Amino acid sequence: MGKTILEVRDLCTKYITRSHEDVYAVDHVSLSLEEGKSLGIAGESGCGKSTLALSLMGYYFPPLHYSSGEIIIDGRSITGMDPDTVRKTILGTEIAYIPQAAMNALNPTQRVIRFVEDVVRAHRPGTGKKEIYDMACARFAELGLPPEVLEKHSVELSGGMKQRTVIAISTILSPKVLIADEPSSALDVTSQKMVIKMLRSLMEKGYIKGMIFITHELPLLYNVTDDIMVMYAGQIVERNSARGMVFSPLHPYSKGLMGSIIVPEEGVREQKLTSIPGTPPNLKHPPRGCRFAERCAYVVPSCRHNEIPMLELEGGHTYRCGHSAQHLREMYQDEQK
Amino acid sequence: MNKSEGFVPAERGEHALPCLSGRGVTRVFGTGAKATVAVDHVDFDFHEGEFVSIVGESGSGKTTLSKMLLGLLSVTEGEISFQGKPRDISTRRRRREYWQGIQAIFQDPYSSFNTFHKIDAVLLDCIAMRGGRHLPMEKKREMMAEACGFVNLKFEELTNKYPFELSGGQMQRLMIARIFLLRPRILLADEPTSMIDACSRSTILDMLLNLRNETGMTIIFITHDIGLAYYTSDSVYIMEHGRFVESGSAHDVILHPKAEYTRRLISDVPKIYEPWDLSTV
Amino acid sequence: MRNTFRQVFHSPRFVTGFVIFIFLLVTLIVYPLVSPGDPLEMIGLGSFFKPGTYISVLDAAGTPAQTLKLPDAADKRLSSMLSESDRVSMLRWLTAVGVPESEIDLQDTSSLLKLWRENYDAKARPKGMTMSDRRFYQRLDEQLESAGSAEALTLMRQDEAGENQEVGRVSGTDYVNVKDVANVRTLPLGTDNFGRDTLKELVSAMGTSIRIGLIAGSIATCIGLLLGLLSGYLGGFVDDLIMFFMNIFTVIPSFVILILITYSIGQAYRGADTVAIVIGLTSWVWTGRSVRSQVISLRNRDHVNLSRLSGHSLMRIILTDILPYIASYVVMAFILQISSGILAEAQLSLLGLGPRTTEVPTLGLMMNWAMLYSAHINGAWWAYFPVILVITLITFSLNLMNTGLDQVFNPTLRD
Repeated sequence: MGKTILEVRDLCTKYITRSHEDVYAVDHVSLSLEEGKSLGIAGESGCGKSTLALSLMGYYFPPLHYSSGEIIIDGRSITGMDPDTVRKTILGTEIAYIPQAAMNALNPTQRVIRFVEDVVRAHRPGTGKKEIYDMACARFAELGLPPEVLEKHSVELSGGMKQRTVIAISTILSPKVLIADEPSSALDVTSQKMVIKMLRSLMEKGYIKGMIFITHELPLLYNVTDDIMVMYAGQIVERNSARGMVFSPLHPYSKGLMGSIIVPEEGVREQKLTSIPGTPPNLKHPPRGCRFAERCAYVVPSCRHNEIPMLELEGGHTYRCGHSAQHLREMYQDEQK
Repeated sequence: MNKSEGFVPAERGEHALPCLSGRGVTRVFGTGAKATVAVDHVDFDFHEGEFVSIVGESGSGKTTLSKMLLGLLSVTEGEISFQGKPRDISTRRRRREYWQGIQAIFQDPYSSFNTFHKIDAVLLDCIAMRGGRHLPMEKKREMMAEACGFVNLKFEELTNKYPFELSGGQMQRLMIARIFLLRPRILLADEPTSMIDACSRSTILDMLLNLRNETGMTIIFITHDIGLAYYTSDSVYIMEHGRFVESGSAHDVILHPKAEYTRRLISDVPKIYEPWDLSTV
Repeated sequence: MRNTFRQVFHSPRFVTGFVIFIFLLVTLIVYPLVSPGDPLEMIGLGSFFKPGTYISVLDAAGTPAQTLKLPDAADKRLSSMLSESDRVSMLRWLTAVGVPESEIDLQDTSSLLKLWRENYDAKARPKGMTMSDRRFYQRLDEQLESAGSAEALTLMRQDEAGENQEVGRVSGTDYVNVKDVANVRTLPLGTDNFGRDTLKELVSAMGTSIRIGLIAGSIATCIGLLLGLLSGYLGGFVDDLIMFFMNIFTVIPSFVILILITYSIGQAYRGADTVAIVIGLTSWVWTGRSVRSQVISLRNRDHVNLSRLSGHSLMRIILTDILPYIASYVVMAFILQISSGILAEAQLSLLGLGPRTTEVPTLGLMMNWAMLYSAHINGAWWAYFPVILVITLITFSLNLMNTGLDQVFNPTLRD
């Protein structure tokens, strides 16, 4: 078992709405990430994936507010730091964040090298131009990006190239954890594959020690990450190895998600797709008990009353359901027949 | 401008009558030096009751082609035939007749509804279009309830609501209900699931398949996701830079691709049962 | 729809603007009822009478008097007679005879008079005073003496023969009640250069200007909307043609066209409505341009495509699928056009190119008159300052309403 690089304990963050109501988009989330591992987060839109990504950086801006819990990066707690300190000492060196539209973050009037200079000088003031250029050249070459990109303006680059450039820039200082929020969803499949390849090589070459990858595309998560975590209505409902999650999901919600996977492979046409009826609950007034009860096919009356705790099975597999694992598996098997 | 060479639409013995076909269909935007060819001499035959997919990446010209098929965009060159006869959409009356036969579902459900109209108005408009303007209200409500039932929506819950009160998946289902009422011969679905969550996506796809099975409608499904095309379609057309590079039955094209581009497209999609080879890019 | 209205009336900015505008409109309706009459009637002979209440002297003398013993009456009477220059002259004498300047208070009439009585000596010859200066001071002293002593006036009436007959006496303690005087006229903002009641003129001018704004705004919005819709929705050749005209209107400053047109019409034919129409005809370009761009982005929305596929006619698509989406925008443009129409009229009139001057007052014409008769040099602030205030209030309220609407319709601009 490797060293824990990122640990989150009972993190709660909330949005404060215009009408001064608290909306807990991340509700008692605990997770840990070991060195050299990657973790995928899956879920429908509006289940709190992106908010979790923002919350993990420890850099909050309205309407998102920190509520409780702790984030520890490489043994150092970053909760309770003021935003300025977080920005200067954590972002870029400890944690890097890549949002979906990261490629639009490049100011079209500047050359790429200027952004590299910005990032490096923000953390190591007074670094020379030549030094930065050499460093960037080496890193870009290592990640399979032509060094000429450094001299170009962002408008001269294609969408996939821009996205890869942004990833290369944000990891130039070798942050410990990279949080990628749908980094390839807006791209064509070929560009997506290049982005994924680059993220893989960042991990393999040790420039980043751990990665959290968020997407709603399950085949992609399966191929990119070691573990998959499923979120629903601000809570984690299941965490398992990628293989275990895709082929034997335990939580009824995970099962619904996995049943909707469509890939161009033999046998897919014959398989029956599942789908989850209804829509996620409104987090302003989350339902009591299991939040998935309203849409669950296996719901029993007790689901709606008791708070469901996270249960742990062998091999780091955890899930949050009122039924026992064995009972769930039996029900799924009956259904198959 | 070269004609796309070496590509002939696949033969289909069992379907005799192509209900929509095109020969040398071309669309050029702009003139002179700035002219760009969005669709370049494509030939196709879509048969009665077939579920056809047109797969292409962004910029391949698939949306331009779909607009031309719908008659929303004029054809620069070439000919489109509808039910065996050359398509004539020169007058408004002809266009109305053509649109009785072909209808569409678009990518973005949020922009597909006029937000000032209630759901009832949307569905009543469809009944009126099919000549049911003077039916008694009872009958109309019955038809609307039937259409909503087809897409698993409850009409009683939707009446007097506005489309924006629904989720994206529900809106897209309502679009299918609209098609159910209109009963066109051909439905053109332009990326109907790309803005919808994965778990609602399968519902929509299954409903489209149901629609085809129940009404014998021809469905032209335009997508960038080759997996979806494989799951739903009878035949698949692969589009690259305004041309069809490969076509045939879904089984042949996707499991045994011949064209280089199709192979690349399939290999670039993440897989589950086979390992995903990252070394090819 | 109702929800939108509720939102609009919850926007503090819109409500503030709306309240100001309604207040102006109510004034416009109510004031002519309270104070009827022709706003352009010349009631004063002479220009720029100060604001205040005017009492007929003849009627006051004829009104039965009551006796009031007010201790400071004499001083007040004196101080109203002592002009500023007389006071300065008195100061000069007093300092010349050696009274320290710090002891003299020019505004305190009673102490000034006391000092004068103590120190003035007709025989004294202070240094630096010429003969004529001393004569002047003698006259001033006599005047002060007589003003202080004249405690009564005799009223005489001329009969047919030209003989003066005494009809009564007015003593210093006689007072009449203003209510008993037959002719009293309050002019809250005085009169203008032609002796017309400025307030009444102002209210009437406000009405005309708002009307000009409404006519100009409606015309500009209608033309802009129509051309914008056609050009945006139809595209192609129609778009090119309309854009050609729009570009011409954009590059030539519309105010110059406006000046040329109004100048060529000739003053005799320029009514307020003519000016309004001309303003409307020259200011539609920006509305047209922005409507066009909105329509172009709407045209590619899928619901318009679906409506076309449903076989709806062009009119129906424009009316039901496009207009509702740009309605909020057009309303905002209309409000801005009203305020810019009012401003354009004011600018034109100030240059002397406004409506002909004999029929109706407009805010711009009032400014023009005040400027021509040098109200600003004469210190007649009431002739132009209230006009500026009213123009500001109208445009301010309209713009407030506009930003309020903007916040409701484009919530992303908030914060």
